[in-house]
Amino acid sequence: MATIFKKTPVLTDTIMHYCPGCGHGIVHRLVAEVIDELGIADRAIGVVPVGCAVFGYKYFNIDVMEAAHGRAPAVATGIKRVHPDSIVFTYQGDGDLASIGAAEIVHAAHRGEKITTIFINNAIYGMTGGQMAPTTLVGQKTTTSPYGRDKDHCGSPIRVAEMLATINGAAYIERTAVNSTANIIKTKRAIKNAFAAQMERKGFSLVEVLSNCPTNWGMSAVESMEWLEQNMIPYYPLGVKKEV
Amino acid sequence: MAKKLMKGCEAVAEAAIQAGCRFFFGYPITPQNDIPEYMSARLPKVGGCFLQAESEVAAINMVYGASGSGARVMTSSSSPGVSLKMEGISYLAAAELPCVIVNMMRGGPGLGSIQASQGDYFQTTKGGGHGDYHVIALAPSSVQEAIDLMQDAFDLADVYRTPVMMLADGIIGQMMEPVEFHPAESKRVLPEKTWAAKGWDAASGRPRAIINSLYIETEELQELNDRLQARYDAIKANETRCELYNCDNAEIILTAYGTISRICKSAIALAAQEGIKVGLVRPITIWPFPTQEVHDVICAPNVKAALNVEVSAGQMLEDVRLAVNGEKTVEFLGRPGSFVPTAEDILNRIKEMRRA
Repeated sequence: MATIFKKTPVLTDTIMHYCPGCGHGIVHRLVAEVIDELGIADRAIGVVPVGCAVFGYKYFNIDVMEAAHGRAPAVATGIKRVHPDSIVFTYQGDGDLASIGAAEIVHAAHRGEKITTIFINNAIYGMTGGQMAPTTLVGQKTTTSPYGRDKDHCGSPIRVAEMLATINGAAYIERTAVNSTANIIKTKRAIKNAFAAQMERKGFSLVEVLSNCPTNWGMSAVESMEWLEQNMIPYYPLGVKKEV
Repeated sequence: MAKKLMKGCEAVAEAAIQAGCRFFFGYPITPQNDIPEYMSARLPKVGGCFLQAESEVAAINMVYGASGSGARVMTSSSSPGVSLKMEGISYLAAAELPCVIVNMMRGGPGLGSIQASQGDYFQTTKGGGHGDYHVIALAPSSVQEAIDLMQDAFDLADVYRTPVMMLADGIIGQMMEPVEFHPAESKRVLPEKTWAAKGWDAASGRPRAIINSLYIETEELQELNDRLQARYDAIKANETRCELYNCDNAEIILTAYGTISRICKSAIALAAQEGIKVGLVRPITIWPFPTQEVHDVICAPNVKAALNVEVSAGQMLEDVRLAVNGEKTVEFLGRPGSFVPTAEDILNRIKEMRRA
C-alpha cells in the first residue's frame, strides 16, 4: 500500500499545548516540512520566543535555543556567526517581535543577518491572556483595550512586513495567512523561499503569517478564520514585499 | 618575554584573545571603548568575529547564542551598559552558559560620570538580574593582574558552565602599565561542550541540544536551582581567592579590592614610616567572597580594628562586616561617585582610629 502522507520527522511526537483551532500548529508543521524537504535538518538551529511558541523546543526535532522576550534575532545572530554554515531561524509572535523585540528584528534585518524569521501575527498577546499588541486592529477589544483600540491613545497597528521591506539588508519578505487551504499552501511556499534566501546567503528573510487566536478573540475556530479574512487581510495585505 | 606598555582595556582584550576568545559582541560606552575597538581590529585576523550590536541588550543575547553554540565568547561594558545586560546575564546563568563579561566601572547611579568608581559591587555580587544566581566575579588591581586572570576567567566559565565577570574600574581600563603576556596555558581540565547547539544529526548518538531557562513545572525548576546552588557551593569551596598583604602582627587591617587596594598599600608604607603596622586583605574573587580569610585576619588577637576602603557608599563593607560578625569594629572610608581617596586620607583615618 502506498504511503500518501506521513508526519515529518522534523517534528517530535510531543503533543502540542496550543488551543484547539490555533494556527501555530499549522505553521510549526509547515516550517518542519520545509526543513525536511530542503534536507537541512542536520544543520538547522531554531530560536523560539517568549509567548505561545515558548515550548517550541519540545516540538521542533532539531537543536533549539529558547530566547528571552524579543531577543530571538540577537540570539540567532550569535549562533549564525559561530556556525555560518548552519541554517538559523527564529519563530516569534507579535508581542515578542513587534513590541519588546522591535529593535532586535530591525537590526537583524539592517545587518542583513543571514537568518530566517517566521513571524506569527495574530493581533494579540496569546500566552499572557489576550492583551493588546502593536498589531491589534483599531477598535479591537482586548484585555488591555477593553473599549477597543483607540488610535489617538495608542496608535495604529504596525505593518511589520512593509516596514522591514524598506531595509536594505532584507532579502526576502512576504506576508501570508493560514485561514484557508490555498493560503496555507502559499505560506509553505513563502517559508521555503525565505529559507532558500538564507541558504543562498542573500540576507535577512522573514515570513509574516497572519494567524488566529480563537481563545483570546473569544470566537470559535471557524469564526476566527472568517474574522481574520474580513478584518486582518484588508489591513495587512498579503504578498511578497521584498525579493532580492 | 619583554614587557610592553599597554592600556588596560587593550590588554584585557588581547588577553581574552590569547585565552581563546574568538567572538565578541559589544556596544560603545566610555570608559571601555578600547576593548571593542581592539577586538574589531584583532579578531578578524585570528579567525574570529567582532560584531557591534544595536544595544547592550542585544549584545548579551548574541553572547547567549554564541555561547550556546559552543564558542568562547565575551562582551564588555561599563556600569549603565552592564545594567542593561542584567536580563541576559540571568538567562545565561539559568541556561548554564559560559561566557566572560568585563565591567569597567564608572560613577553612578544613573548616567553618573565617566570616571572610575566601585558602585557596582552589589550589582555584581548580589545578583543584579532576577532569580537565585551568582556569577564568579574577578577583581584585578592592575593591568597585569587583569591579563593574568583572563585565561582563568574563560576556564572557570567552561568548567562551571557559568558567566564570569571581571569587575575592574575606569582607572584600570584607561591606565597604561608595563605588562607581559605569558603563553596561554590552561591549568584546568576543560569539559567537552557536548550540550552545545551546532546542528543535530539524529544518527550521531548525542541528544538534541536544547538551550533553555524555562522550567514550567515547579519540580523541574527546583532541580535546576538545586544544581546551580550545588555548583555555587563548589565554587565557594574551590575558587575563593584573596591577597593577604603585611597582615602578620598588624594592629589595623585594611580591606579593599581593585585599584583602591594599591592606594591602601601606599598608605601602609606611609604608616610604616610612622611605626604603625597596618595590613591589607584584598579579595581577588569578590564572589565568592573570601569570608573565612577576612574573618581570620581581622579577628586575630593583635588586630584592634579594621577599615574598609571603597569608592562607593560602602558596598563590600557589608560582606566584610558579615565575615567579622561583630567580633571587631569595621570602619568605612569612601564616598559614592568618583572621588578616589588618597593614601594620606587613609593614613589620617588610621591615625584617628588609633587615637579612639
